[in-house]
Amino acid sequence: MLKLLRARIQQGHRTLSYPGGPPPDLPERFRGHPVLAAGGCADGCAECAAACPTGAITLQPALAVDLGKCLFCGECAAACPTGALTYGRDYRLAARERGDLVVTETEPVRLAKALDAKARRLFGRSLKLRQVSAGGCNGCESEVNVLSTVVWDLGRFGIQIVASPRHADGLIVTGPVTENMRLALRKTYEAVAPPKIVVAVGACAISGGPYLDHPEAHNGADAIVPVDLYVPGCPPHPLTILDGLLRLLGRLESEGAQRRKQ
Amino acid sequence: MSAAASRLARLKAGATLPRPELPDLFWADFAAALLDATARGLRVVAYFGAPEAPSTRLYLVLADDRGAELAVGTTRLSGESFPSLTPQCPQVHLFEREIAEQYGLRPEGHPWLKPVRFQPPLRGPSAASLRIPGIIDFYRVEGAEVHEVGVGPVHAGVIEPGHFRFQCHGENVFHLEISLGYQHRGIERALGGGPDRRSIHYLETAAGDTTIGHGTAYCEIVEALARCRPPARGSALRGIALELERLASHAGDLGALAGDVGFLPTASYCGRIRGDFLNLTAEICGNRFGRSLVCPGGTGFDLDESLVRKLLERLERAFADCRSAVELLWESASAMERFEGTGTVPREVAAALGLKGPAARASGLDRDARRDHPSGIFRFHHIPVSLGDSGDVFARAYVRWLEIQRSATFVRELLAAFPGGQNRVEVGTVEPLRLAVSLVEGWRGEICHVALTDENGRFERYKIVDPSFHNWSALAFALRGQQISDFPLCNKSFNLSYCGHDL
Repeated sequence: MLKLLRARIQQGHRTLSYPGGPPPDLPERFRGHPVLAAGGCADGCAECAAACPTGAITLQPALAVDLGKCLFCGECAAACPTGALTYGRDYRLAARERGDLVVTETEPVRLAKALDAKARRLFGRSLKLRQVSAGGCNGCESEVNVLSTVVWDLGRFGIQIVASPRHADGLIVTGPVTENMRLALRKTYEAVAPPKIVVAVGACAISGGPYLDHPEAHNGADAIVPVDLYVPGCPPHPLTILDGLLRLLGRLESEGAQRRKQ
Repeated sequence: MSAAASRLARLKAGATLPRPELPDLFWADFAAALLDATARGLRVVAYFGAPEAPSTRLYLVLADDRGAELAVGTTRLSGESFPSLTPQCPQVHLFEREIAEQYGLRPEGHPWLKPVRFQPPLRGPSAASLRIPGIIDFYRVEGAEVHEVGVGPVHAGVIEPGHFRFQCHGENVFHLEISLGYQHRGIERALGGGPDRRSIHYLETAAGDTTIGHGTAYCEIVEALARCRPPARGSALRGIALELERLASHAGDLGALAGDVGFLPTASYCGRIRGDFLNLTAEICGNRFGRSLVCPGGTGFDLDESLVRKLLERLERAFADCRSAVELLWESASAMERFEGTGTVPREVAAALGLKGPAARASGLDRDARRDHPSGIFRFHHIPVSLGDSGDVFARAYVRWLEIQRSATFVRELLAAFPGGQNRVEVGTVEPLRLAVSLVEGWRGEICHVALTDENGRFERYKIVDPSFHNWSALAFALRGQQISDFPLCNKSFNLSYCGHDL
């Protein structure tokens, strides 16, 4: 018993003060929201697009990065001869609309908007989610799991990952949705009582990621079920997932509105 | 050595052979070589098909742990079937099922011929639309009070999908059958024609919690084929990353095991400590799972002096927390009561099934690719092998704790004597018409990759064998005679990869 208490004291209190306090330190080499300076592109240069493993970069009509396809591997930035494409440290990447994930120089950050007032009344203080891995590599699954540890303590927001779709208000989907999981995902979605929401976590669940256009998979969750929130990354940092969920529930809206005004 | 086995070609892990020089054996010699070698203790690390007009050629790679080398043989099949060797050599049972599924070749006499992944065949017409995952002829026990329990593919926890079918008598499990394939993404098919810009991302996500393990195995293949040797600094950093991956996963597993028996202090501390180790990897490359860290020719990132100091300091803190959290577990009689004697896999069963990694070592099998087939930094910097003997949940947990301590020491020593020079060199072009094999001891066990290049230096066939491929059968075995309520505990004690199996 004394040993238990001593360990308890050694381990300390580890739950983040975020979002009341500052967000946790991210690693110095963290690759967050891309920063584009298309004016810096050399004429006719297409090195970034050629280096991208998933075709996330388009050059016409202007340089654009699709965060839904991006693996944040940084190959494009390494290939860029002029530094016109770099990765910043902004971890806020989630969006409500698939199109909002396409980043251009002129409209760099579009934060996820909150659910409408009626949905927020239903889910704002209690959101139960069932996770479905449909070809996920256990990267995104692990980062979703991490949100339930003492550090992130998802429960303090009234959000909980539950064991059955029958207990849930929605799904978190990971993976490109393999053909072999298509039916199971569909059935799990149907088992959730309406109204319900779907959160697609990771490049695979948004676009197929590295498995884009594989006949064995379906290019992401929205081929099978309607998606309400897209969280980019490979896998997304837990902070990126939490940010998306809190924005969806309108818990970070005021801060977001302030940033948009700036 | 028998006449048959002496005809196999020999090579080291991380090396290549010209394809025209591979032994082309008659079936009888091929089968005799396989049976003779495995009877002498060699292990089947890969056994797969590749198309060769008009039919298929089978490739066999055996590991000779004592001789620190590999043996390779091939045989060309002409018909649509071949004799199953599973009855004499159980460790090939899943390989034969895989050959049947991928190439439509029937292993005659296989006692358990069922789908592996419900994947479309790699050769011939696709019958994919006729196959529904999880619909198989499950083994059934009949009798009064015998009942069947089906679990999955969608589970209660945040884990990957798979289907488990139990034959139970009351609480007791007579038999567990595991049917996977839900995660099949077509990785081996898609790697054909590579290497290209997407190749490494397939391997980094083949089992995403083993990014460094599979990434390193892939890089060693490419480097062997391009006759490139990564510099010491890059090799050291890969070794550090591989052991950090092990530290994070093992710490997380010990926490999850504690959680499954309701011992919450270790469960909650280790859940967090796992993150502390992942964050060390993120300090190196920006990503907690080590994405983009390992690349052909070395590493995509380097360490400077201040980062080395930071890593050392944070490693010490995380390790101290880990020790305090894990020692509580061993001292809790109620937790140990649940661990000991649960889910036992005896040594001879572990050997017959060809088990790998901590699960094999927990059953007393002294095998570890870092020592037996060392590549990269492990050729110069050795790591002691951690062994258990009881083969139960306790042994699988305790071996993890031993490995945590040894990995922490390894990382500490390597950081303290971090080699100078470059971390990466240019990689040339891949040689045509060669076979390359790499073995890397990931945190779940030995990862085997085999590549065959065509006359243009492209991958004609890329074979991936995740340790889970062998070890899922051990989980099924471990449940025999256990209470079904101990399934989560037994499952977690193996913590196998679904996607690494399904590919």
